[in-house]
Amino acid sequence: METPVNFDYAPAPESRAIVTIKPTYGHFIAGKFVAGRKHFPTINPATEEVLSQIALAGKAEVDSAIAAARKAYITTWSKLSGKERGKYLFRIARIMQERAREFAVLETLDNGKPIRESRDVDVPLAAAHFFYHAGWADKLEFAGLGTSTKPHGVAGQIIPWNFPLLMLSWKVAPALATGNTVVLKPAESTSLTALLFAEVCQQAELPAGVVNIVTGDGSTGALIVNHPGIDKIAFTGSTEVGKIIARAVAPTHKSVTLELGGKAANIIFDDAAIDEAIEGIVNGVFFNQGHVCCAGSRLLLQENIVDEVLEKLKVRMAKIRVGDPMDKNTDLGAINSKEQLLKIQDLSRVGESEGGARWSAPCDFPKKGFWFAPTIFTGVTQAHRIAREEIFGPVLSVLTFRTPQEAMDKANNTPFGLSAGIWSEKGSRILWASQQLRAGVIWVNTFNKFDPTSPFGGYKESGWGREGGRHGLSAYLKGVGHE
Amino acid sequence: MSFYGLVDGTEASLKKYLGALSGVDQVGADARAAMLATRSIKTSSKRWAIDTAISMVDLTTLEGADTPGKVQALCTKAVRPDPMNSDVPSVGAVCVYNDMVRIARIHLDSIGGEHVGVAAVSTAFPSGRASMAVKIQDTQDALDAGASEIDMVIDRGAFLRGDYIGVFNEIVQIRKLCGTGVHLKVIFETGELVTYDNVRKASFLAMAAGADFIKTSTGKVTPAATPPVVLVMLEAVRDFYTMTNTRIGVKPAGGIKNTKDALKQLVLVNETAGPEWLTPTLFRIGASSLLNDLLMQRMKMDDGYYASPAYVTID
Repeated sequence: METPVNFDYAPAPESRAIVTIKPTYGHFIAGKFVAGRKHFPTINPATEEVLSQIALAGKAEVDSAIAAARKAYITTWSKLSGKERGKYLFRIARIMQERAREFAVLETLDNGKPIRESRDVDVPLAAAHFFYHAGWADKLEFAGLGTSTKPHGVAGQIIPWNFPLLMLSWKVAPALATGNTVVLKPAESTSLTALLFAEVCQQAELPAGVVNIVTGDGSTGALIVNHPGIDKIAFTGSTEVGKIIARAVAPTHKSVTLELGGKAANIIFDDAAIDEAIEGIVNGVFFNQGHVCCAGSRLLLQENIVDEVLEKLKVRMAKIRVGDPMDKNTDLGAINSKEQLLKIQDLSRVGESEGGARWSAPCDFPKKGFWFAPTIFTGVTQAHRIAREEIFGPVLSVLTFRTPQEAMDKANNTPFGLSAGIWSEKGSRILWASQQLRAGVIWVNTFNKFDPTSPFGGYKESGWGREGGRHGLSAYLKGVGHE
Repeated sequence: MSFYGLVDGTEASLKKYLGALSGVDQVGADARAAMLATRSIKTSSKRWAIDTAISMVDLTTLEGADTPGKVQALCTKAVRPDPMNSDVPSVGAVCVYNDMVRIARIHLDSIGGEHVGVAAVSTAFPSGRASMAVKIQDTQDALDAGASEIDMVIDRGAFLRGDYIGVFNEIVQIRKLCGTGVHLKVIFETGELVTYDNVRKASFLAMAAGADFIKTSTGKVTPAATPPVVLVMLEAVRDFYTMTNTRIGVKPAGGIKNTKDALKQLVLVNETAGPEWLTPTLFRIGASSLLNDLLMQRMKMDDGYYASPAYVTID
């Protein structure tokens, strides 16, 4: 036989020429960019290059953003018909599509996720959320939520760093469609696409103050949450911060939705289509470096297929292309921050010290930046910390089960309940299992698929309320139901 | 025959063997193939892939209008795809009907193309609708004429009605006829088997029965060599290697018309079966118009601009 040749793909980097990153950014308040007072750097986690200086909003900025949102709500946005609001949303959606490459490149530079994902997942889905909600704006009476619903007023929205633009669209699109105005704070490490979105709002000639964007850290978030001028809080992030927010708003008039952590079970029965299940495992936990709240981070394997699945999984994991996120062939990019990398490394060490068997795919990392190889732990049980705590990185804990009921019991034995996956070719088992699982999203023979029409949210400590679909609209309306 | 110890030749053992295969989820297979189609193959890897693809082409003419003149022209092109550039490798083989095999062999040998194989389509190609006696005679004719590769079709009617042992036995008989010296490619006509479950089942059936290659299509039915079908077949040869330590080849044929399509096929091979399969002994592409597009892209990489089609030969 001839000597096998390695088909090494030559570098295929996406050009960053399409984006112009300013050395310093301010806040977007009342339709204008306002200079910040204090700044902090935002870096490219794949190179540690400082991309820009982001403004840190304090009380003055948060006060003026909320005042601008209130004024826009009273004078403009609440007076517009649904049809007119819808036009603005359609316009924003179209501009996002037109500037899709710009958004994708900027997201990858700031977040570290592969350009393939920002280009093919984040940005198209973000635009889709605006298109979807644009359609609802003039049809709210027919959404099955009652005919006398009203917007809350000013929504304070705090979003995470894992899907910066997509989470912005999950928050802003339904808020605007239902007639609320918005003060949004992007995550500290990933503000750039939100600031580009502010430009899109200007380009769409959205009335001043309908969308306000203040950048900053947790202190800025706390100012928004505790501000009396806010009527509704929407937060996506950790369960820890979610609990603080829930306590803070409990004695107030504020309405709240929370999208928090998860530790999803991805359950593979022995009659599953194994090759596609392998893809589902990979996509479940290594998509977006595992920085996904609904990641399938607990693999539950039926015991009679453990060897076959693990062997195939390791072969497949060895083919995951880790490296420069701007390369169009990269599958797994950089960990978003040093802090997050340390957390992943720490929990992995815990996994080893508790006796889990660790296997990582062999990879060559770039010299700079934050990297973690796709990793699995076998021999994990419910009693291991890595089977209970959210790692939020490319680390999979492998557990086994003997009977379908045992799989359900283990899957549900967690304080979380955001998502779950079922892999089986047997329809009756799928229907039964999807009724047993206590999780807000259940994927069958697929994983990590998102669509604006489908409500997303958690059971138990994974959150309150739903985003997306008709259910998501109700979170932004008062008087929903039966009056 | 031992059939790798997987089956003993009885219907019961074949049913047990095929029954143990896991299913294929269509949505998942389509999604994986679509994701791999986004791979961006540039510069040095593109150059390598184009030459590799050229060497994997089974340059094909399967028309009622084929004549000795047409086949000889095809053979000349197969040996020297670009007459102005001797760096361009020869293709893997020419693929013709069995009455053209001798003409092709003689012509190839006379122009220094001894290394280029002659593949004959066989067993009542393309439909497979004939008696076994006719199929055997058809194959024997091709072998007598000097075919080094036999591309047989399976009886899709038998497969679809569940007569797996009938299909199996036909392959076994043709395998015996070919002996060890002649490469046997088994054509499924995946456009008629339709489901990926059937494609996976047919792949394992044919491999156990003695196929050297499994091939998607005749080129006479669409859809033919779609990326997900090839993906499923590559997964099958990979798994068969794990089971038997034997590497079976894969030949997509039909619908692969340009360089982009061919590069997608090579990516599928690389990331599914693995780089060991990136050789003409384990991967072939059945095509006719593809070769000229590969040559045009090759010239473009050398010259930096697209040449006029007048710079590639029409046959």
